[in-house]
Amino acid sequence: MKKISGSDAIMQVLVKEGVQTIFGYPGGAIMPIYDALYNYSDKLNHILTRHEQGAIHAAQGYSRVSGKVGVCFATSGPGATNLITGLADAQIDSTPLVCITGQVPSHLLGTDAFQESDIIGISMPVTKWNNQITNADKISEIMSKAFYIAASGRPGPVLIDITKDAQFAKIKFTYKKCEKIRSYHPYPILNKDSIKKASDLINNSKKPLILVGQGVLLSNAEKELIQFSEKSGIPMASTLLGLSAISCIHKNYVGFLGMHGNYGPNIKTNEADLLIAIGMRFDDRVTGDTSKYGINAKIIHIEIDQSEINKIIKVDVAINADAKQALINLLPFINKNEYKNWMSEFKKCDEIEFNKIIKKELNHDGKEIKMTEVIHLISEMTDGKSIIVTDVGQHQMIASRYYKFTKPKSNITSGGLGTMGFALPASLGAKLGQPKREVIAIIGDGGIQMTIQELATISQYNIGVKIILLNNNFLGMVRQWQELFFENRYSFTEMKNPDFQKIAEGYGIKNNKVENKSKLKKSIQKLLDYKNAYLLEVVVEKEENVFPMVTSGDSVSNIRLE
Amino acid sequence: MKKKGIYQFKRSKKESKEYTLSVLTENKAGLLNHITIIFNRRKMNIDSLNVSSTEVKGVSRFTIVVNSSKEKIIKVVNHINKLIDVLAAFLYEEDEIYYQEIALYKLSTKMFLKGDLVEKIIIRKYGAKILKIEEDHIIIQKTGTKVGTQKLYDELEKFGSILEFVRSGRVAVSKSKRKTKNFIKELEKIKSNKLNIK
Repeated sequence: MKKISGSDAIMQVLVKEGVQTIFGYPGGAIMPIYDALYNYSDKLNHILTRHEQGAIHAAQGYSRVSGKVGVCFATSGPGATNLITGLADAQIDSTPLVCITGQVPSHLLGTDAFQESDIIGISMPVTKWNNQITNADKISEIMSKAFYIAASGRPGPVLIDITKDAQFAKIKFTYKKCEKIRSYHPYPILNKDSIKKASDLINNSKKPLILVGQGVLLSNAEKELIQFSEKSGIPMASTLLGLSAISCIHKNYVGFLGMHGNYGPNIKTNEADLLIAIGMRFDDRVTGDTSKYGINAKIIHIEIDQSEINKIIKVDVAINADAKQALINLLPFINKNEYKNWMSEFKKCDEIEFNKIIKKELNHDGKEIKMTEVIHLISEMTDGKSIIVTDVGQHQMIASRYYKFTKPKSNITSGGLGTMGFALPASLGAKLGQPKREVIAIIGDGGIQMTIQELATISQYNIGVKIILLNNNFLGMVRQWQELFFENRYSFTEMKNPDFQKIAEGYGIKNNKVENKSKLKKSIQKLLDYKNAYLLEVVVEKEENVFPMVTSGDSVSNIRLE
Repeated sequence: MKKKGIYQFKRSKKESKEYTLSVLTENKAGLLNHITIIFNRRKMNIDSLNVSSTEVKGVSRFTIVVNSSKEKIIKVVNHINKLIDVLAAFLYEEDEIYYQEIALYKLSTKMFLKGDLVEKIIIRKYGAKILKIEEDHIIIQKTGTKVGTQKLYDELEKFGSILEFVRSGRVAVSKSKRKTKNFIKELEKIKSNKLNIK
């Protein structure tokens, strides 16, 4: 058998695991891998981002829209540490990634060598698994485990650190995909008893409500969820990361849960007699005060990760299983039913929310453009069919509230970690993951400046992302809290921003700026019609607030409409 | 406008108690770090820790003693169980295990020869053993609970200064009938590696 280098072995692993796109940034300790990559340019498409954080967020965006494992490369030391935010983000939002970092030669480990950092130690709390390869003979075993662990069960990020000598070493290489690890049980055996107990609760409930989480998207259970909801007649509400799992125009869809969610699903959480949580983890932004959450309800929790069960909310029936598997097994036991009165109560709540908030937001006399209007227009003009990538803050909440998703895997946002700077790189990854779909990045003026260098990546590779920059020259969400809870003391939230058009121009990206409401629709149309990347800056009202709002630590029943 | 304390999170005063965790793991570098991070993140202090290889090749056992509320420790155990290289984590209350610690006492030979210390206190009262007698120092060994080894320490201290005292972490066996070897064999048989949707 002919011997190959450790780096060539890595390339073969990637090809065998079906990897097509890699996001990365080279450097000293990963040069042998980049050298091997040079021979694989026909099989592996490498995107050079402008920062390692950009690379990992791009890999996240790529994975979230395609369901594939996102892959990124970084060098040792600062290259590796720049991945940390993305790893933490992928860990909390369950995104499968395999990150490969170069490391100083093994004889220099622990010597404070140039660009040495203990990335295994540093990344431990923010990865699903990590491992260091110092012996090239281990590449096959460890890399196959990495891909298996990242993608199976509740997905997550894996980091593999490879010393430079292991990249150079010559080995006899064969590869076998990992199918089993004795200490790792990603798919719990379904307990039929729990299915029976859950179906009894479901069939006997008067006011049930389904809470849809990202688990539905991760297990591709969108169809099964619709069948379950249509047969049982139970209304569905979605968490932030669950958005787009069900079409927002489905008759049983009653809205978005949580702090800035819709009025109905929040207030009805405490009137429901049964909550069926599917692939969600009762984040504090969804529950508010947990002691006043679901107060009249029994709770069924369908969840693949056993450690999430009873973590925040004590449940009555736990179905520790993959969402799709659970729904398929549950369906035959469910009686056909409908909840006309209960459903109409949600409609009434929608009317209240419309009259108190939405109507005013969309039909106001003010000269300034509201973020709400922009999102509402985009939603209508794209029929809710686009992939929407959002950053973090007011624009994120408004996009989640007003974009009416009609296709799954279309809402890409940093939910758990709330990472500003996520959207721009994630959107370029998303476009590469779904090149035929329209990808629209909606970003605030704060967030875009955290990873603005990725405009160069978009430009270099002609990635047709549509960027809508909602500019209010404020860190809007923090300003809103300062207004509401800190007596208008706007401490360091106002920003003097650069000329974004000039910046886009500098990067060679087509751009436009709109300040006048009458020109908004036309400008958006122009952006949508353009074949390549486009940045549209929309100057929006300076001090717009996002409502409704459940104050942090308050009960969902006390959701504020103003 | 109502100003509710945004940062006020309720801290429940749940009763804290001693728990023993017995964790079977693959023998992998870095795992100790991975496990302690889980405690550290919740600001929990580990009272005692023992790591050793088991009778099964390639399998290690961590025995960890902590004071915690039941609610909190169950979440910690779930989190430990989630680590990829952990085979299983078991949680025990005091009455579910047999446990021991070992303590070594280094005394000066001079002090040791005073009176009937050996006979009366060390051997008869505490069941300790003399490990080694040298010209200038003597090593005594006692196994037992922390309370027992501490009592002997306190008594010896009355006779003059103890040169050195060390206490090991706890080792514990459960009262269950589970056999480690068989348990791992069973674990290998579970078909939870793939999703089987019927």
